[in-house]
Amino acid sequence: MPQLVSIEDLRVAFNGVPVLRGVDIALQKGEALGLVGESGSGKSVTWLAALGLLPRHARVSGSVRLEGREILGAPAAELDHVRGGRVAMIFQDPASALNPVLTIRRQLCEALALHRDLQGNAVKAEARRLLDLVGIPDAARRLEAYPHEFSGGQVQRIMIAMALAGNPDLLIADEPTTALDATIQAQILELLSTIRSELNMAMVLISHDLGVVAENCDRVAVMYAGRIVEEAPSNQLFADPVHPYAQGLIGALPPLDGPRRRLTAIPGTVPDPAHMPGGCAFAPRCALASDPCGLAAPSLAPIADDRSVACIRAESSRRALLGIAAE
Amino acid sequence: MSAPLVEVAAISRSYSMRSGMFGRATAVHAVDGVSLTIARGQTLGLVGESGSGKSTTGRIVLGLEPPDRGEVRFDGKPMATPGTAAWRGQRARMQMIFQDPLGALDRRLPVATQIREPLDIHGLGTASMREERVRELLRAVELTPVHGARYPGALSGGQRQRIVLARALATKPDFLVCDEPVSALDVSIQAQVVNLLADLQAQLGLTLLFISHDLRVVRQISNIVAVMYLGRIVEIGSADDLFARPEHPYTQALVSASPAPGRRSAGRIVLSGDPPNPAARPQGCAFHPRCPRAIARCASEVPALETVGGDRQVACHLVTGAVTRDAA
Repeated sequence: MPQLVSIEDLRVAFNGVPVLRGVDIALQKGEALGLVGESGSGKSVTWLAALGLLPRHARVSGSVRLEGREILGAPAAELDHVRGGRVAMIFQDPASALNPVLTIRRQLCEALALHRDLQGNAVKAEARRLLDLVGIPDAARRLEAYPHEFSGGQVQRIMIAMALAGNPDLLIADEPTTALDATIQAQILELLSTIRSELNMAMVLISHDLGVVAENCDRVAVMYAGRIVEEAPSNQLFADPVHPYAQGLIGALPPLDGPRRRLTAIPGTVPDPAHMPGGCAFAPRCALASDPCGLAAPSLAPIADDRSVACIRAESSRRALLGIAAE
Repeated sequence: MSAPLVEVAAISRSYSMRSGMFGRATAVHAVDGVSLTIARGQTLGLVGESGSGKSTTGRIVLGLEPPDRGEVRFDGKPMATPGTAAWRGQRARMQMIFQDPLGALDRRLPVATQIREPLDIHGLGTASMREERVRELLRAVELTPVHGARYPGALSGGQRQRIVLARALATKPDFLVCDEPVSALDVSIQAQVVNLLADLQAQLGLTLLFISHDLRVVRQISNIVAVMYLGRIVEIGSADDLFARPEHPYTQALVSASPAPGRRSAGRIVLSGDPPNPAARPQGCAFHPRCPRAIARCASEVPALETVGGDRQVACHLVTGAVTRDAA
């Protein structure tokens, strides 16, 4: 299958403090990948680093290839073609991503002029088509409105329209619905999945909400302290998490139906990147940790065809999985 | 059963808002005829989207803001006039916890000093008793005096929320209003704080009003849950039952919009339209422009909150109308 993006051993350090400690991600065309993890786990930094959006004092190493071409450290001219063109990104706070003193038309047309060879009326027609596509009613008139005249959900729709302006192959949605109300979140997620299937666009959905990721992604990667600790198809991850941290995250989520149980909280907090424990970063909070966990950080190793886990207990888990498969 | 600790009778609160410098002032009905009772030691959960009036309800119940109409009774007595000694005594028995612990703490004071502050303000105990009480409170929220000596900036989000909780408990209150207390926290930390809150409630016999947009967290901690939409309660019932069998179309949409791992979005109810503006409240049932099942009557007549069996009350013509028909 054609590989759209392949990230290998991506590392980021701020002022000598490593925050991303070797991340590998492979993304196929049209695939939806979810990235979950707590704040500071490196979900957003991974993509900001990949697209060269981090401040200059960040030390980035590794490899990021877009259809085979290395883009990490590529010249600005080439990155400008990638960013907003091949790869688009939307953020949690859409209101701050728009310029409040320019009309939506000016901002959409700017994106179109940068990434598409369109002139004159064609630009305006395309801007209207994009607004229609993301479900803004009365698009022709609303083009002349300013960002504050739209509600939070509508502004996020406009951001999605701008992201689509360059016909991207990959959309990176960084907590796109976190600031929105529940019923509006459902609208935006539905819009994203419709657009994705219509345009056959790949998507990386970054979220702290396991439910959002589970429902909208084919595959999920769980991040902890700058590394991926488990990667699996979403239905398998939530039915049968293997890494103790993934198990903890799912156990910490209160159920919406069935009997109420005491939440299984993960004790302690995320380690400080400047004082990372030796060995497995999760070991100090892990109920199943044993002596070998403190010696060396486990690497992400496959335990089944499409699943990998970074945990020394995964070996026994693999036997358990094979046992289940044999039955 | 003993008398309820908190009784809220048909409170309303509106603000006047001007559009533009010379625009006409319009009334925004933030809360409109909300009645609630909370039994001692119980938790009432209040859910709804932004602008539904849940925080305003919390502020009125706590006496931070007077209602325009209606009354709040605490422990059988009406709320005292703000500023009087009786009010101060009453306020020591009820406390509030907000969403943003960093905003609720003073960054330039060690957190132990801040936990002590309510004791100083209400003049409780001698200096050494206060110090002892601070240590006791830190232990209660599973922190140590080492944490107490730190400044808020040196603590994690979960630890700060524990400090806020300790400070709220300093005066040994009977009643806590928690406004989105865990919304800013990561899932694993959220579970720690929810468990801690449940433990403290059981130990101290606290009564809680728990405000959140997160249905899962609300269900976890509440006995009774009320769903608000544009300033009114549209459905109220026992926590276990309400989300399992929601009756009001809005509650159904909310439950359906709550993503669950392991469930694909098939059959999801996606509401059209935006959450309505409290300044431009639709006629009739406020929810009818977004309701997938609205009938003509919904646009003209405001549905009243009626009992539909058991402890469930619903404000919807479709639901209460059907009950009346069944009974006939």
